[in-house]
Amino acid sequence: MYAFELERPTTLADAIKALGGEEAQPLSGGQTLIPTLKQRLAMPSTLVSLTGIDELKGIKNEGGTLTIGGATCHADVAKDGSYPALSDLAGHIGDPHVRNRGTIGGSLANNDPSACYPAAALASGATIVTNNREIAADNYFTGLFETALDEGEIITAVKFPIPEKAAYVKFEQPASRFALVGVFVTKGANGVRVAVTGASEGGVFRWTEAEEALSSNFAPSALEGLSVPADGMIGDLHGTPEYRAHLVGVITKRAVMKAG
Amino acid sequence: MSEITLRINGKQRRVTVEGRTLLVDLIRDQMNLTGTHVGCDTSQCGACVVKLDGDTVKSCTVLTATLPEGTEITTIEGVSTGDLHPMQEAFSKCHGLQCGFCTPGLVVTAIDIVERSPDGLSASQVRKALKGNLCRCTGYQNIVASVLEGARAMGVQVTEEKETV
Repeated sequence: MYAFELERPTTLADAIKALGGEEAQPLSGGQTLIPTLKQRLAMPSTLVSLTGIDELKGIKNEGGTLTIGGATCHADVAKDGSYPALSDLAGHIGDPHVRNRGTIGGSLANNDPSACYPAAALASGATIVTNNREIAADNYFTGLFETALDEGEIITAVKFPIPEKAAYVKFEQPASRFALVGVFVTKGANGVRVAVTGASEGGVFRWTEAEEALSSNFAPSALEGLSVPADGMIGDLHGTPEYRAHLVGVITKRAVMKAG
Repeated sequence: MSEITLRINGKQRRVTVEGRTLLVDLIRDQMNLTGTHVGCDTSQCGACVVKLDGDTVKSCTVLTATLPEGTEITTIEGVSTGDLHPMQEAFSKCHGLQCGFCTPGLVVTAIDIVERSPDGLSASQVRKALKGNLCRCTGYQNIVASVLEGARAMGVQVTEEKETV
């Protein structure tokens, strides 16, 4: 790791101020950023630690909306249970030790193309709340490791409308437990939404063709004959683009079955 | 450099660390508690697992200076005073280790698993909860047996089940 200054604000206002400095970067649970710093792939001059800010932590369930503070760790979301599919997803990220540190805000800000939370946010029609605005999930994920966040802008909370039915199924890469392909489906006030992570070179995406088919018949059989093109899918030593495209169909069916 | 007060294995310690000082480096190099190991240094293997305020973490992926004042840290040296902890006895009795490199992290994790399962524990629950700890010697069979043996010794009922591996 290159040396850096570490700021430890205890209020959001102080954190925003510290992030105004040149080459300052926020640090949440650090489960991705610390390994990245070790590899010297990132070299911020200042790191602003967000885990000491109490107002960024906690989970509230009000009027059918679950609001999760940006610095809330995966283990706390897994324990909560008021949005069962989301808690199920959080309880299968990485391993127990990683879940005690990693945070929802950190995961969404990083937008790894194989991370689990982006699929939940997009499929649930969640709202990403930052220190200066609210961003609909549909407008938030802009590409591989890219989001609508501006420099120095941090995720303070994520608001999930709790749907009638929902499920997440991931075909995991057994070493990392990232999704080789992961699919989150929901059925609720926003209609049917299907979000796929792990598959596309562009990061998480909605499979609109499947959403249309499932809107009239929310059953695995509605997906018969549907497929996504292999073009633009991730190809690596774990799977070819064709393999991932095939998995999208299979895992979506399983997710619909699990949602019931 | 920042100064921070931590409680390490029950003792209050005032430490001075750089922003980039990893918790595992503080524990090993400044506290001379070398039971906590650095295996992969990429937050995968779990040889460096310690408890922070009751929760297990990979100490190679925690910056010491980000910890709240007064954080309670338990390393392998702190799991018992004097005699071996029943879980350590169980690892010894059931041959739950060969080279022993991963063992400190596994024992800290195993005690945590049992403490979180007061109503009973099965082999498949143990396997699932050990996802963050790698062992390259044993093939895990004896580790799972050790954790279950340790659970019995700690007064937790072991649910028998036919394992499908």
